[in-house]
Amino acid sequence: MSAPGGRRSLVGNALAQVGAAGLFLFSILGAVPGSLRHFRETVRQVWFVGAMSLVIIMTCGLFVGMVLALQLYYTLSIFGGTAALGTVVALSLFRELGPVVTALLFAGRAGTSVTAEIGLMRATDQLSAMEMMAVDPLAYVIAPRFLAAVIAMPLLACVFNALGILGAHIVGVSWLGLDNGTFWGNMTSSVDVWTDVVNGVWKSAAFGAVIALIATFQGYTTPPTSEGVAHATTRTVVSSSIVVLALDFVMTAFLM
Amino acid sequence: MSPAAVPAAAAAGGNHVEVRGLHTVLGRKLIFDGVDLDMARGRITAVMGPSGTGKTTLMRHITGQLAPDAGDIFVDGENVPKLGRSALFALREKIGYLFQNSALLTDYSVFENVAFPLRQHLRLPEEILRNIVLMRLQAVGLRGAAGLMPAELSGGMVRRVALARAIVRDPRLVIYDEPFVGLDPIALNQVVKIIRTLNDSLGITSILVAHEFSAVRRIADHVYLIAGGKVVAEGHPEELATRDSPWTRQFFGGEADGPVPFEYPARDYALDLGFDGSKA
Repeated sequence: MSAPGGRRSLVGNALAQVGAAGLFLFSILGAVPGSLRHFRETVRQVWFVGAMSLVIIMTCGLFVGMVLALQLYYTLSIFGGTAALGTVVALSLFRELGPVVTALLFAGRAGTSVTAEIGLMRATDQLSAMEMMAVDPLAYVIAPRFLAAVIAMPLLACVFNALGILGAHIVGVSWLGLDNGTFWGNMTSSVDVWTDVVNGVWKSAAFGAVIALIATFQGYTTPPTSEGVAHATTRTVVSSSIVVLALDFVMTAFLM
Repeated sequence: MSPAAVPAAAAAGGNHVEVRGLHTVLGRKLIFDGVDLDMARGRITAVMGPSGTGKTTLMRHITGQLAPDAGDIFVDGENVPKLGRSALFALREKIGYLFQNSALLTDYSVFENVAFPLRQHLRLPEEILRNIVLMRLQAVGLRGAAGLMPAELSGGMVRRVALARAIVRDPRLVIYDEPFVGLDPIALNQVVKIIRTLNDSLGITSILVAHEFSAVRRIADHVYLIAGGKVVAEGHPEELATRDSPWTRQFFGGEADGPVPFEYPARDYALDLGFDGSKA
């Protein structure tokens, strides 16, 4: 008889977490104007979550583009359509793979470190110390990290896309012998800036906001123990990955 | 004294902090059961008591970090539990707080930790800010450590940096939560002198949570001894030291037997070890 009760409590806890995260989002948005006083902190965070993630984003972007080109070349060659390689790679990257894979990498690289950092600040009373010095941690710690993620994610996705196309070019043109003009010509004539590139940028910004919300919420509300911080960090990756993929479906349905 | 009359009395200059009918339950544990306290303006009041008796919780109530279940806490005439966030932050600008674990910002250097409250609230020229910070660090003997990071400091040095940060803005009320922990005798002596000097020269009100009665009796004007959720003794430290009360005898004499149980409640020791007689 305990199972139904347990399930209810599990669902209830999950809903309570979603509700609390929603309220936390309003608190962050309310703290954003105050955080502009600490704009240097936002810039520092853009460097930390954005620039410091460049290596993993660029490396993965390059290899994703190479694999994509390799798979698509052999599939398209069955139908004699290898000329469309550049177009298909670019559309796949701009519309889906760029924003989604960048978001998943961003959650693992930057989201976890934000959660761990804020969780440790909570565990060592640094957030309480700020409150005692009449400094709002939401404006000084949380909002700058939230803004930084929203700013950095689209930029990282663009870098990922660029390196992905470069990787596809290396494989398709330099290795498999596709004509360079065909590769670029078909791509530029088929990819629309507004419907393909800009929609991808919007997606990236939304993913950045969701990951930042989850990462900061988990860090801010973590129990002040080493186990609590470890679990919060894990929850950030798991929750971010699920929410990003679900949100991708919803946004794709609306943006198509 | 009726609660309505308290703010006027506190604002008049008698007491900086007044606690009335404080009642707190954390989890299932009763922490405070109708506690009343008066902390005089410009004096040093020490709060002592066994570990886990709620001394830090009391400080968190006074600074609005934790709301009590019932009761009023007046600081500078303002009822802290009823203050909104902005009013609470305005009040905190006049309070310095030394955390039990120091709570230094680990990503900032010693200098930046002490400068943090100044940078956040005042637009001082960099040279003046630098001089203020160095003067505070000089007062705690750590001017030479200004460029170090918190991870490079010993436990005692960390506490002294936290002390410098707590007093950097010349607050009207300073709360020291265990300021003597981890200090060697030289540093302890200096910290005692700093606390006394701040009170004598600037008229700062100090609240001191400490276990070191030898240090407390050198500087405190008034001591509250809290145990079992109530104030069990109060008075001047010299008078408390000689008072013939089971509470003061046990606490200041460091005796295991007395009204404060040393052992956490447990079932019978022999039963726990398996010597219950039935196996014999």
